[in-house]
Formats: sequence, structure tokens, C-alpha cells
Amino acid sequence: MAEQTQDSWLGSRLRADPLTAGFVVIGILFFLDLIRRLATGAVGLDTVATFLWSGIVFGMAIGLAGIGLAMTYSILQFANFAHGDLITAGAFAGWSSTFVIVGFGQIATEILLLVGQPARISSQLGISVTTQPLAIVAGFVVSVLFAAGLAVGFDRVVFRPMRDQSGIALLIASVGIALALRHLIQFIYQPSTPSVVHDPEVPRQAVPVGSGSFTINAHQITLVVVALLLMIGIHLLLQYTKLGTAMRAMADNEDLAKITGISTEKVVLYTWLIGGGLTGAAGYLLALEQGFLDLTLGWDILLVIFAGVILGGIGSIYGAIVGGLTIGIVSQLSIVWLPSEFTTVAAFVIMIAVLLVRPNGIFGGVTSV
Amino acid sequence: MSEIDAPADDATSGAEGEQSIRDRIWAVASASDIRLIAVTLLAIYAIFLFLGIVGGLDVNGLYSSLERVTFFAAVYALVVLALNLQWGYAGLFNIGVAGFMAIGLYSMHILTVQIGLPYPVGALVAILITSLFGALVALPALRLRADYLAIVTLAFAEIVRSILGSQRFAELSLGGVDIGFGGATGPDGVLPDPVKFILYEDPYSLRPESNAFGELYFSLFDPFVIDDSTAEGILYALFLIVFVGLFYFLLVRTGNSPFGRVLKAIREDETVANALGKDTRKFKIKAFALGSALMGLAAILWYTKRGGVTPTNFEPEITFFIFVALIIGGAGSNTGSVIGGIVFGALLFRGPVFVERIINRRLEADADPTTIFDAFTGIDPFIVYTTDNLSALRVVLLGVVLIILIQRRPEGLLGNRKEIASSIDLEDRTGGEN
Repeated sequence: MAEQTQDSWLGSRLRADPLTAGFVVIGILFFLDLIRRLATGAVGLDTVATFLWSGIVFGMAIGLAGIGLAMTYSILQFANFAHGDLITAGAFAGWSSTFVIVGFGQIATEILLLVGQPARISSQLGISVTTQPLAIVAGFVVSVLFAAGLAVGFDRVVFRPMRDQSGIALLIASVGIALALRHLIQFIYQPSTPSVVHDPEVPRQAVPVGSGSFTINAHQITLVVVALLLMIGIHLLLQYTKLGTAMRAMADNEDLAKITGISTEKVVLYTWLIGGGLTGAAGYLLALEQGFLDLTLGWDILLVIFAGVILGGIGSIYGAIVGGLTIGIVSQLSIVWLPSEFTTVAAFVIMIAVLLVRPNGIFGGVTSV
Repeated sequence: MSEIDAPADDATSGAEGEQSIRDRIWAVASASDIRLIAVTLLAIYAIFLFLGIVGGLDVNGLYSSLERVTFFAAVYALVVLALNLQWGYAGLFNIGVAGFMAIGLYSMHILTVQIGLPYPVGALVAILITSLFGALVALPALRLRADYLAIVTLAFAEIVRSILGSQRFAELSLGGVDIGFGGATGPDGVLPDPVKFILYEDPYSLRPESNAFGELYFSLFDPFVIDDSTAEGILYALFLIVFVGLFYFLLVRTGNSPFGRVLKAIREDETVANALGKDTRKFKIKAFALGSALMGLAAILWYTKRGGVTPTNFEPEITFFIFVALIIGGAGSNTGSVIGGIVFGALLFRGPVFVERIINRRLEADADPTTIFDAFTGIDPFIVYTTDNLSALRVVLLGVVLIILIQRRPEGLLGNRKEIASSIDLEDRTGGEN
């Protein structure tokens, strides 16, 4: 009986929204094709496992970075284009600190602060999570604090005077921050991609799967575990603290939140602190995992993060996590069908499709526009 | 103000109505706006001439710097005008400008260099292709909120850039004809430069022989000690200025037409425009397609001077530059768009490069700072480091300008110049017909 009502509900939903139905069918077809390719041996189980694992790693980073974006979207109601460069800024600040701690006394502090620019010293320092765990933790903390402070600073200087302006005006201001911040980093660090970890020092383990195997390394595990812990922390914060309740209330209905005595400016401050901190964390971990720093580290994945946030439903923090993870996995799995240079294209196409058929995302965000 | 006081006389017959519209546009334009644009341009020339003379450039160097300034002022004005139609008139927040420019330019390259169509035909078809892509993007995207439209258009531009730069599409075969996007380094072959066709017998050779008109044209510059390549650049700058004029005229015409009035009405309140029986979606798609077509044409005019085509020319930054320029001038005003393009292209974009050249000529750089810490060891190293990294600082400056403008003066330099949606000035109406 219950199953029957479920069925008819689904049926009516599909009839009412043929576009969604179309996309669901396309998704199922891709899944079936993947099964077929696995069964016929056109693509090996180990290959799929490799893509899946790199997708999970990438997706966890995207999900972690997406939390901050979703928070500002739901509380301040604008798309923050400076988010990507906040990732970059956090990563650079954190890795400068790690280098100074590891290389103190051996190499001039100036060179260490610039992450070994212009000379490349990462192999000399031999950094990895097992050889220098304390320096990594310290750098991670600096990333979090620096990005959080930067986010609050930008809010004070740029966004706070514009609280009554439209989302588009705020979006344009955030583009201004993005441009200025990225090129200020370039001015300080020079355009280059310094490597930060010494690859041979990174422990790795082959996991047998099917007839082959895929490799997991310690930095990937670090990223996934730390991101997971931070996500659980955010969940606890949102559900079991007064601040979390106030944040959810404000995302739902700002006026109502004000009437109940919630100090909106205080909530906004914590939004930037927490969102910015998580963003810095994502930046540091991404650089750890990929092994090098890049001026466009954050900007390059900004649209992918948007894709994750939109997929989960703009403004929903849980949506951002699930959406980011999904986008990460799907974009990596797309290599089964597409050339690997099109992974981000696959993510963007999914994002556009979601915006067209379900603008509220899978989780239906809480923006009260 | 007084020029637009006269109420539109709908009763006049076709020819007379046409005449009065043209008169009115000319009156409005010539009264203050064109003068304003000219004064802006002359003031910027004066600044550059002063800096150039102080910096010790020779006559040819001065003209060449003015020619460069004019080039960037004009190309930015072109794209800004196109964006003004989409954002300023119809309120469509398109941050995929780079994508449409890329489509226009790559279509042009394929049609003329790779397939061999003549320049004007190639340009026309390329514009048509760009407008089709504009309509294609607009069709579904218009259902979206402004911030979603922004994300979708940016994603579209990035998809375009990935495809153009990918190795997979570097070489294609379309119905037996070999074409291709050329991958990361762009397609081989130089785009035809229209000015070279006017001036030379053999425009494609490296050292072309000038034709009869070319001889005459170059001889004009001999008394001023201006070399041929600068003279050629000046002709190209004039060619661009003609197109800025055409764009401007087209957009003023469009803005004052019934079509343009509906666009302004949509920008102010789409629900009302809908309630008045206007199919706002259709209007928005048309405006988007027209704006995209103009962006494609602007890119063609911009890069035929440079010859080469690479996907790196179309990174999202160029879109944001265009937006800074439009916001400087004031969205919604065509005159503002041209002035914004001039101020941005000349002062913000070209200015720092020019200053760098001047400083490098004057400074005997014995210091060679490689890191920012070296730069802080003295005044000279600091200046050298700063000028060496001016391209980065320039964008920092742009970002700060954008933030200050949107905070303090979102209506642009020209103040609130939004043209009213009505064809007559509603505030000046006293009494009434009855």
C-alpha cells in the first residue's frame, strides 16, 4: 500500500517535470553503460576504483571548501566570487609557515617565507605528513586562522558597508576582491608553482582490486580524514550550539531571527570566521594532496565548488558537502567517457543541467529570496 | 534636456517620423555627449603626451604610444557597448563575455584563414554564429535568477575555453575540410588585417610593398618623422574609431526604438512589462543574441590587429575587465560605456604599462631584486621590483577600483545617466493634452 502511493507520487512527479525525468534517464544510462563496460572488460575495475578514489579525495576538498560558500550564500545571500582566492591565500600562508618551521636555521627565512622562491627547496626539506607532522599541523592551523582573519577583514572593509545592497552589487565587489587578492599574492610570491612536498617521502599503499590495484597515499588519507572531522564538527556546531541555531534561523528568515533577539552582525561575523577557516583548511589540504602551490589553486576550482553547492541546493551546508562529493566523483568518473582534460567541463555541464531542471538543488537550499 | 522635450509625434507620416528621430538622436548626441567623449579622449592624450615628453620619448615614440592608447580605448569601448546592451539595457548579468568573444574570433579564423572566405563574408557569418550561441545560452538561462545567470554564463565561457584549448579538437575534419581550434597554442595562420589590404599590394608577406594608396598615405606622415608601422597603426586606430561610432549609433538607435524601451522596462520591472503584454523572454533573448554578436565582432576587430589567436586571450579576467570599464562609465548609458572603455583601456589598462616603460628608460637599474624582500632593501630596488611586477599590481588596482566604485558610485562616473524608459521626459510634462 505504502509502496503503491510512493510509486504514483514518483510517476506524477516525472510526468509533471519531463526535463528532470530526462536527466534522470540519462544518468541511469551512463550508470548502465559503466556496468556494461566493466562486464565486457572495456574498462578495468582497478581503473574505475582509481577514478572513484581520486574523485572521493577531490570531492571531500570541494565539499569542505563549499561549506564556506554555502554559509555566506545563505546568511548574506550573494555568490562570493572571492571564495576561490581565499583558498589560495590560506594555502600560501599556511605553507609559508610550514616551510619556516621545517627549514629554520638551515635556509634563509626570506626564502622559506616565499615557499622556496626563487630556488626550489622542497626536496631539500623533504616535507611529508609522516616526516614533518608537527610542521604540517602548524601550517594547517595558520591556514585556517589566516583565511578566517582575511574573510572577516574583507567583510569589515568591503561587504559590511554594502549590507543593504543587492546580491549582484555584492557579487561584483567580491569579483574585485578576487582580482586584487590573487594578483597581490602573485606580486608577493611571483608567478610560479613551487612544489611543497617531497614526493618520495610520501607513504603509499597499493590496494588490490579485481585483477589490478590502485594506489592510496598518506596525503590523500589526511585530506579525507581531516575534511570528514571538520564536517562532523560543523554538523555538531549547527545542531547543538546556540550559535548554530542562530545561524540556521538567520538563513531561514533574517527578519524573524532579528525579532527573536539574534544579533545578526554577530552571526555574520561567525559565518565569515567559520566559513573562512574551513576555506583555508581546504586550500592547505589541497596543496598537500596535489604536492604544489599554484596562484590559481582556488580560482580554478571556484566554479567546481559552485557546481557542488548548486547541486546540493544553494545555501544548504549539508547540500554543499554531498554536492561537492558528488561533483568530485562524477567529474573524475567522467574520464571513463571523456578525455581527462574535460573533467571540469563535466562538472559545469552537470551544474548547468541542475540549475535548469532543479534550481533549488537536490537538498533544496534555505535562501529566502 | 531641451532636445528631448518635444513629445514624440506619432501622427507624422513615415518619412517625416524617420527624419525627426534621426534629428533628435543627432541633436542629443552632438549637444553634449560626443563632445564629452572627445574631451575625455583629448585629456587622456594630454596626460600620455606629458608623461612621454617627461620620459624622453622621441616623436615617433609619442605617436606610437598614442596609437596604442587609442587602440585599447577603442577595443574596450566596443565590447563595453555590447555588454551595455545586455546588462545596462536589459539587466542581463552576463559574465561569459570572454566566451562569446572567443566564439566570434575562432569562427572568423576558421571561416577566413582555414576555409578561405573573404574577410567581410567571414566576419558576417562569424557574427551570425556568435549570435546563435548567444540565443542558445539565453534560451534556458533566462529562467534563472541574476546570480545563477552569472554562474551559468561564466561556466559556459569556461566550457568554450576548455573545448577551444583541448588537444581533442585541435584538428577536425568537417565534411572533408580540415579545420581545427589548434589546441592550447591556437590555430596556425594569421588573421587578415583589413588595414594591410588597404595599404599593401601583398598584405600577407613579411615585408609588403605598399600600393598606390599606401604610398600616398605613408608620404603624409613623412614630414612628422613617423615610421610606416606607426602610420599603419594609426590607420587601424581610425578604423576602430569608425566602428565605435557605428556601435554607438546602432545602440542609441536600438535604445530609443520601441524594442529598446521594452528592454528598459524589463530592467526596471519585468513583471510590469509582462503585464503590459510584452513577451519579455523573447525580448531578452533578442537583446542577448544581439549583444553577443557585437561581442564577437568586437573580438574580431580586436585580434585581427594581433594576428594570432590563442585560448589564453579569453580567460575570465577579460570579462571582469569589461565589467570594470562598464561600471566606470555607468551601466545603462552608451556615452558612459564609451567613456568607461576609454578611461579603462587607456588609463587603467595601458597606463601602467606606459609608466613602466618610462620608468625603465630613466632608471639605471643596478639593483636586480628577485624577491619581495630584496625590494624592501632600498628605494631603487623597490621601484624596479614594482615596475617588473606591474602587470600583477595593475590588476590589484583594478580590483580595488571595482570595489570602490560599486561601494561609492555604483552609477558610474557620469552619475545617474540611466536613460528613461519613456520616449518623452515624464518630469517635464505640465498640464497635459486635454
